[in-house]
Amino acid sequence: MALTQSDIDVEIKDLQDAYDKAVAGGALVRNHPSRDYPPYRSSLLRHPKQPLVAVDGGDPETVELSGPVFGVTDITEHDSDLTIQHRGEPIGERMTVSGRLLDRDGRPVRGQLIEIWQANAAGRYAHLREQHPAPLDPNFTGVGRTLTNDQGRYRFTTIKPGPYPWGNHTNAWRPAHIHFSVFGTAFTQRLITQMYFPSDPLFRYDPILQSVTDQAARDRLIATYQHDLSQPEFSMGYEWDIVLDGPSATWIEEGR
Amino acid sequence: MTERLLPTPSHTIGPFYGHALPFPDGGRVAPQGHPEAITLHGYVLDGAGEVIPDALLDFWQAAPDGSLEGAPGSMRRDPSTGGFLGRGGVDFTGFGRVATDADGRYALHTLPPGNAGLPYLSVCVFARGLVHHLFTRAYLADGADPLLDSLPADRRATLIAAEGANRTYRFDIRLQGEGETVFLEFQ
Ligand SMILES: [Fe+2]
Repeated sequence: MALTQSDIDVEIKDLQDAYDKAVAGGALVRNHPSRDYPPYRSSLLRHPKQPLVAVDGGDPETVELSGPVFGVTDITEHDSDLTIQHRGEPIGERMTVSGRLLDRDGRPVRGQLIEIWQANAAGRYAHLREQHPAPLDPNFTGVGRTLTNDQGRYRFTTIKPGPYPWGNHTNAWRPAHIHFSVFGTAFTQRLITQMYFPSDPLFRYDPILQSVTDQAARDRLIATYQHDLSQPEFSMGYEWDIVLDGPSATWIEEGR
Repeated sequence: MTERLLPTPSHTIGPFYGHALPFPDGGRVAPQGHPEAITLHGYVLDGAGEVIPDALLDFWQAAPDGSLEGAPGSMRRDPSTGGFLGRGGVDFTGFGRVATDADGRYALHTLPPGNAGLPYLSVCVFARGLVHHLFTRAYLADGADPLLDSLPADRRATLIAAEGANRTYRFDIRLQGEGETVFLEFQ
């Protein structure tokens, strides 16, 4: 029998309670989700059971302490504006999404690639394998790219994506989100994640967001409405900073 | 020491990145027809031994001369069409990206990495169902190495690509279960 939302809610709550209790008892805060998170059914056979093997990042010859670089040829000007990639305007609430890309010491990560992808305003991806009965928008592909500037800042113009159903359990709906793929100065800092919008009522039902069991960490995935970023007569402004984890060569150069 | 910022949590790549992240020539890091080009290839498998047709692999490696500088131009864009131009075929960018096909297979055409010690490619694995990416290494030779030497023999073997004919190397990635690949954490 198909799982219901209340079955999933119970599993989410049990794992949340276990995490909160562990932290109250002195366990380390988890900044990232646990790869073994049964409420997200697709994770069952896709997480390793052996512990990760630690690699000491103190050796400067470690290949992963450097990483790919991107430049002006890897993006075009219209890649950061998802509303001008077709002949007409996409339907939806126009947004300006901007923030800074930082390392854990708060230093801007400059000139690095940020890629985004998202559903349209009706909650449908322009991806052939997605066939749920919401309309495609001929004026919206939902793919963007940009390089961070000298302050580590990025900026996209897009439309607000809709929530969409998925097959994890009966009546499963993803809260509205934008997928982000990000590079740091080191390959160790590679990150793929999702940005959410404030106060979405679907948060508590979503096993993907709830796989991040730390409340403060979950909150870091939610953008802030920022009126100063809103453009008069044009767009709603959302601010979202991204902080990359993992050691990098710059840490070694500076004796960290 | 100042308080360090807390990192942005990872999330799964989900199922619908196919029109966003893969790019033409993503798996052709070596210039076309280069006489020293090698092919790293294999399957990505789940805990039931089934192939994973919706994984995305990012590769990073040293250039043949050992340089870790990289170069831009992996995904050159065409401003007139909004499409891709493909790689220029001159600079070695060190970066590759390949999505597994319907058979769960990938292939990367590249040049031999010239990093210090045993040659290896760094691999970052993303997939639907995987809430936080996994790092591994595809070593193109066996021998003395601090990481390999820290592993028991059966685990060590999962990091060593098997050399085949015509400069090919087979490297399967098993996310779970028997023969589970060694995945790494950088500290
Ligand atoms: Fe999504």
